[in-house]
Amino acid sequence: MRLLIIEDDPETADYLRRGLGESGHNADYAATGPDGLVMARDGDYDALIVDRMLPGLDGLTVIQSLREQNVGTPVLILSALGKVDDRVRGLKAGGDDYLVKPFAFSELLARLEALVRRAKSDGHVATALKVADLEMDLLTRNVTRGGQPIELQPREFRLLEYMMRHAGQVVTRTMLLEGVWDYHFDPQTNVIDVHISRLRAKIDKGFDPPLLQTIRGAGYALRAPS
Amino acid sequence: MPRPDKTPRPKLTRTSAFRLTLLYTAVFCVSVLALLAFIYWSTVAVIERQTAETIEAEIRGLAEQYRERGLGRLIEVVRERSGEGGDDDNVYLLTDPLLNPLAGNLSRWPPDATAQGEWVQVTVFKSADGKTEPHMHQARTFTLRGGFRLLVGRDMSERQGFRATVIEALAWAVAVAVALGLAGGAFVSRRMLRRVDEVSGTAQRIVAGDLSQRVGLTGTGDEFDRLSESLNAMLDQIERLMTGMRLATDSIAHDLRGPLTRLKGRVELALRRPRDTDQDREALADVLAQTDAALAVFDSLIKIAMAESGVDQAELQPLDLTALARDAADLYSPAAEDQGMSLELKAGDAAWIRGQPQLLAQALANLLDNALRHSPEGGRIALRVTRDTAEVEVSVADSGPGIPEADRRRVLQRFVRLETARSGPGAGLGLSLVAAVAKLHGAELSLGDNSPGLMVSMRFPAVSPAGDGVDQTG
Repeated sequence: MRLLIIEDDPETADYLRRGLGESGHNADYAATGPDGLVMARDGDYDALIVDRMLPGLDGLTVIQSLREQNVGTPVLILSALGKVDDRVRGLKAGGDDYLVKPFAFSELLARLEALVRRAKSDGHVATALKVADLEMDLLTRNVTRGGQPIELQPREFRLLEYMMRHAGQVVTRTMLLEGVWDYHFDPQTNVIDVHISRLRAKIDKGFDPPLLQTIRGAGYALRAPS
Repeated sequence: MPRPDKTPRPKLTRTSAFRLTLLYTAVFCVSVLALLAFIYWSTVAVIERQTAETIEAEIRGLAEQYRERGLGRLIEVVRERSGEGGDDDNVYLLTDPLLNPLAGNLSRWPPDATAQGEWVQVTVFKSADGKTEPHMHQARTFTLRGGFRLLVGRDMSERQGFRATVIEALAWAVAVAVALGLAGGAFVSRRMLRRVDEVSGTAQRIVAGDLSQRVGLTGTGDEFDRLSESLNAMLDQIERLMTGMRLATDSIAHDLRGPLTRLKGRVELALRRPRDTDQDREALADVLAQTDAALAVFDSLIKIAMAESGVDQAELQPLDLTALARDAADLYSPAAEDQGMSLELKAGDAAWIRGQPQLLAQALANLLDNALRHSPEGGRIALRVTRDTAEVEVSVADSGPGIPEADRRRVLQRFVRLETARSGPGAGLGLSLVAAVAKLHGAELSLGDNSPGLMVSMRFPAVSPAGDGVDQTG
């Protein structure tokens, strides 16, 4: 991925660039709002990481100006402001996702990949999802693996749908809490693991190869082993 | 008007009460003045009209006498009226065409009177009780057939006396009003000043550091009492916030310094050791976990602080607590079953309240986290939503050890963990966040006995789905 980081704190920016570089991505860096706006407009980036508080021009204004100039590059907003209405304001300004500082790097990476993937697949509405021999019909809500029907509870269906839409990517617990339960906080009990293991029992038990994998220290991924 | 920056105690005359009283006094004086002026002018007009009518009638009568019975009779009548037995208040004068007096009690014809029927003022000196005083007369002059001139007038000193009386009354009224106004103003101002001094004295003692001071009430329920009550309520709130803040800083010092010290120790130890990739990685993973724990504490503290400072009322929206509870039960029940417990949702129809969904979901999650943590294997957890017309209650009951009644208030404070729970995970912030969320929503939070176990319930005011009041339909 070719990324642009607009962030005024050089240490955070450096940490992000190094982390992204080590993950095989290329990240440019702008320290102020106006610089970031120019670079985002002229450069061809897959996604932007924008801090909310910036000197010169704040992050939300940068995003708004980009959207007004029809620059549709997906934007991940970084912010120390974690209140619900801060998040809403960020998304309304044209941001695609919102991450509150401090964050885990794996979380950032997973969300960036999801954003870029979503932006690239934009345009066609899928009515069916498929990962290896696991198939989901979004209209009839039927799920089969290797042709055998799989019975799912409504919430399990939504969980699997989310995993299938992000097939091949790392999905964090926080992303699942947000995407499936609309919970914007992390409960202390690790509730997600139990849901995943139940889902795994339904879609992987008795089938080969296992598709729902646990990525240690990051989350889960639904993918056929290469 | 320029005001000095510092007036430790305003002078009596500078108080607004005094100024107001003065203003009222002035308004009162003006109205007294206006009233008396009105009475004076209307009375004088009546007196003058009556005088004029009397004189007119007299002149008409005299003219008739002259017309019917001649000059001799007129002279006779004038003499009769102006003589000893006549009316002392009237003046009469009859002259021949050369202005030589023929009869009457006036010595000579007024030089400016033309006898065309006009009114003139005649001053006559009269002696009474040995004093000679000028008396003003209003008179009418008239020319009779044959060039004889007649003047009939009436003493107007009565009217002047009336004017003097009115002016005197006016002066007295104004003097009394001003005196009363000043005295009343001083009295009211002094009273008010005393109350204001009391309030500002209390404020100064508070500024000096004694936050327990409160403004005294007189118990009359007057505007000062109402003001004092509001001030006292404000002071109570400030004191609560201050105490809360002090508690929070103490707790932060206590509960964050600990993990951070351990973190530092872990890093130092790892650095002193010879390089070993596996051990170093293990140390780093440990450090990461401890950092996350410390950040989670920070996060909770910030959330509590935000909930306690009160969310914008506009952020509260109508929401269905039953749906919220169903989601929470749905999220937690697999985890409960995994730990050999049962989580049961007991909820009926939609139960609408005004709330902030994320904060409420977090509060429910905290209660369920606690219930899972404290219930033994095979324990039963119940999440209930009940409603009546006025209130919606959500409760989480577990079958754990419960909380002794004496500790129930204490556990709602930040960082409080009962000795029995010290060994488990958690920073002791879960219930404080629940308490803050309940307070923000105007909900009543209570900790009760589930015998065995703890039951935490929150009672919210119910609203209709539109969110504009209590649901009356059922």
